[in-house]
Amino acid sequence: MANYKIHETDVLVIGAGGAGLRAAIESAALGMKTAMVMKSLLGKAHTVMAEGGAAAAMANADPRDSWKVHFRDTMKGGKMLNNYRMAELHAKEAPDRINELEEWGAVFDRTPDGLIMQRNFGGHTYPRLAHVGDRTGLEMIRVLQDKAVHMPMDIFMECTVTHLFKNGDAIVGALAYTRDTGEFHLFQAKSVVLATGGGGKAFTVTSNSWEYTGDGQSLAWQAGADLLDMEFVQFHPTGMVWPLSIRGALVTEGVRGEGGILTNNKGERFMFNYIPDAFKNDVAATDTEANQWVREVITGKQATVRRPPELLTRDVVARAIVNEVREGRGSSHGGVFLDIATQRTADEIKRKLPSMYHQFIKLANVDITKEPMEIGPTAHYMMGGVLVHPETQMSTVKGLFAAGEVGAGLHGANRLGGNSLSDLVVFGKRAGAGAADYVKQTKPSAKVSEHDVDAAIAENLSTFDHKSGENPYALHKELQEMMNTYVGIMRKEEDLKKALVELDAFEKRSANLSVVGTRVYNPGWHLAMDLRNMLITSRAITMAALERKESRGGHARSDYQGYDPNYAKVNLAIKNANRQMVVEQIPRSPLPDELKNLVEEA
Amino acid sequence: MSNNVHMRVFRGDQTGGGFKDYQVQADEGMVVLDVIHRIQAEQAPDLSCRWNCKAGKCGSCSAEVNGKPKLMCMTRMDTFTPGQTITVEPIKTFPLIKDLVTDVSWNFQVNKKIPPFKPRPKNPDGTWRMMQYEADRVQEFRKCIECFLCQDVCHVLRNHGKHEDFFGPRFMVRLASLEMHPLDAADRLKLIKEIGGIGFCNITKCCTEVCPEDIHITDNAIIPLKERVADRFYDPLTRLFRIFAGGGQK
Repeated sequence: MANYKIHETDVLVIGAGGAGLRAAIESAALGMKTAMVMKSLLGKAHTVMAEGGAAAAMANADPRDSWKVHFRDTMKGGKMLNNYRMAELHAKEAPDRINELEEWGAVFDRTPDGLIMQRNFGGHTYPRLAHVGDRTGLEMIRVLQDKAVHMPMDIFMECTVTHLFKNGDAIVGALAYTRDTGEFHLFQAKSVVLATGGGGKAFTVTSNSWEYTGDGQSLAWQAGADLLDMEFVQFHPTGMVWPLSIRGALVTEGVRGEGGILTNNKGERFMFNYIPDAFKNDVAATDTEANQWVREVITGKQATVRRPPELLTRDVVARAIVNEVREGRGSSHGGVFLDIATQRTADEIKRKLPSMYHQFIKLANVDITKEPMEIGPTAHYMMGGVLVHPETQMSTVKGLFAAGEVGAGLHGANRLGGNSLSDLVVFGKRAGAGAADYVKQTKPSAKVSEHDVDAAIAENLSTFDHKSGENPYALHKELQEMMNTYVGIMRKEEDLKKALVELDAFEKRSANLSVVGTRVYNPGWHLAMDLRNMLITSRAITMAALERKESRGGHARSDYQGYDPNYAKVNLAIKNANRQMVVEQIPRSPLPDELKNLVEEA
Repeated sequence: MSNNVHMRVFRGDQTGGGFKDYQVQADEGMVVLDVIHRIQAEQAPDLSCRWNCKAGKCGSCSAEVNGKPKLMCMTRMDTFTPGQTITVEPIKTFPLIKDLVTDVSWNFQVNKKIPPFKPRPKNPDGTWRMMQYEADRVQEFRKCIECFLCQDVCHVLRNHGKHEDFFGPRFMVRLASLEMHPLDAADRLKLIKEIGGIGFCNITKCCTEVCPEDIHITDNAIIPLKERVADRFYDPLTRLFRIFAGGGQK
């Protein structure tokens, strides 16, 4: 028997970003013995990087807003592929979750009469994002972190889960290791909540950190759970492009929400040329109209004209930028220009976008109060993930739950900015409650087979025995370049097929990775384990992308441009059939009339 | 544009270690963290370092670069003289785990000792009203990314090892963010004085100097807290009043 520590728990939460923290808080509040494990230190998860805000129809900044409009915006933004029940629950519950954060100590920016201020963002009809300058995620994670540490739960920092265990058809635990010692930990858990985020690290140009290696998607699939909508990867339109070493770092959509405009190398405000028919009535037709909208909203008035085209949804803006660059109108470093300097005063920019100001002046020698930023698309977010029940967040495997980015359904084919932070708290809470309820109702056992644990540990340690194997860093780099090239923002059948062949080869090579050093805080060893997850998640993305023969939201095919009405009727599931990955079309159930009317009212 | 740089990086753990030399290619715009990553990828795959956002937002990659506490992700290579050797070592105030990674868990234990936010009752209309100017004051403290560079340079911790007696600048900032929170109704002054050990700070402002978020730690957080403690516990009039009013010290 291999050597490891054993912990028993009712609910094991994997990940400590907004969704994991909110799930753990809920589970602990419901009296469950709760453990939360995280790859980094507490408070460092991806949530901390979220900038713009959390979308909630509180109607503080514009009384015309309501959950109904938020629901409609979310469905339209998701190109109608969203799970409508999740979109409904999200729109209805987000304001309560934001108010709850205030009750726990969050200090959001204020309206002139002292309420939580809300800002405009792409795809949201009214100013809807509760925010704190451009560091909203930091505020949220700190508030949730401080709430969680005062609740009865066990917190394991720098502790990475490598395997999930089942007994029959139910989840019973997980294997993890802690970085400071390299020791293994077996969690005998009656339920598991995945809150592991996304997998952008499979791409070269990404806003994601080392943590984002598709762990939850991969662990769930390996445990037999279905994945959904994996073809939809959000390329955020505004990542930094220069210097190269910082390429991909996020530039908040808040810049455009505050009036920033996009121009090409001819100085043209090109987004007017890319307004999709479905949004023609919502978007300003001229520069004058767009500028009037900005003047109205920044002075706290209700907008009487239509919004600027820069605030179209992210998929539309990202593809427009790619097209400008391809047709020779890009910047010298292969991006376009985002200009706030000509739109707002230096003081306003520094107050509303302090960390953007800081980031550009420090890392790129660019003063955004004087000059435009050079930006281009960056892999940012996975709309797809683990298929979950909309109310409880339980996956298709008993006792396995998912919330936040690792879950699927809310965002459909494209996520609206601001809907992720609200997603975390709405469905984090639901997942915590769902797991607690499952434990109470079904009284599951948490008996993990010793043989399974031994096999998992042996797999994790095998890389130390390969003396002349491959360098994990080199393999990772190749994988990123391959995914960026073949499964990036513009896809076609030939490329996707090549990607599958390449993935086969990577998988073979990954069996012979070689790791040097000891188990103590060894990043090479860690990466070798992360690569397993990245390869599985990359394959799921690629297979779904090959199957969806149309362009919609975060999935664009140069060989199948435009919507295909047949694909509007299905979501794609990635299933595990005897360890073989298969893709299956799942017919969508039609919207109930009352929700259908909301979407069509527009 | 790229050039070859000479890096001296600390390698080792609790049992010992020392600086190791690396020659690395540094490209235009690179920061110290990029160079460390390049060493990992090409020369030392087990070189330990913490990082996450690579944009100065998460506070993970704290280290001492040429002896100065810095975020590696915000320290550009072109700020050094060409040809200069660049040393990178772990922050000194906390026990070493390995290479550039230290055990900062003490900070999380300190945070747990701070009583959480406790809101005052809501207004009759069911809201909490707070004006932006009121929010501004605490929003400065809430910018803290917990890089612990202030803890690293605080001589009470770094030179005198008073981890048992003093919370350090980071948690004075945290306490200020709660004590000056317009909606908070809890009272932490006794804790600040007796357990937090605010008296240990003799306002040398080293913490303020290294804060990557430009929080005025000493002027805006520590000194006002010191004043509140002094008003409560050392002001003769207040003490007299309390004796007559029959209230013990809170």
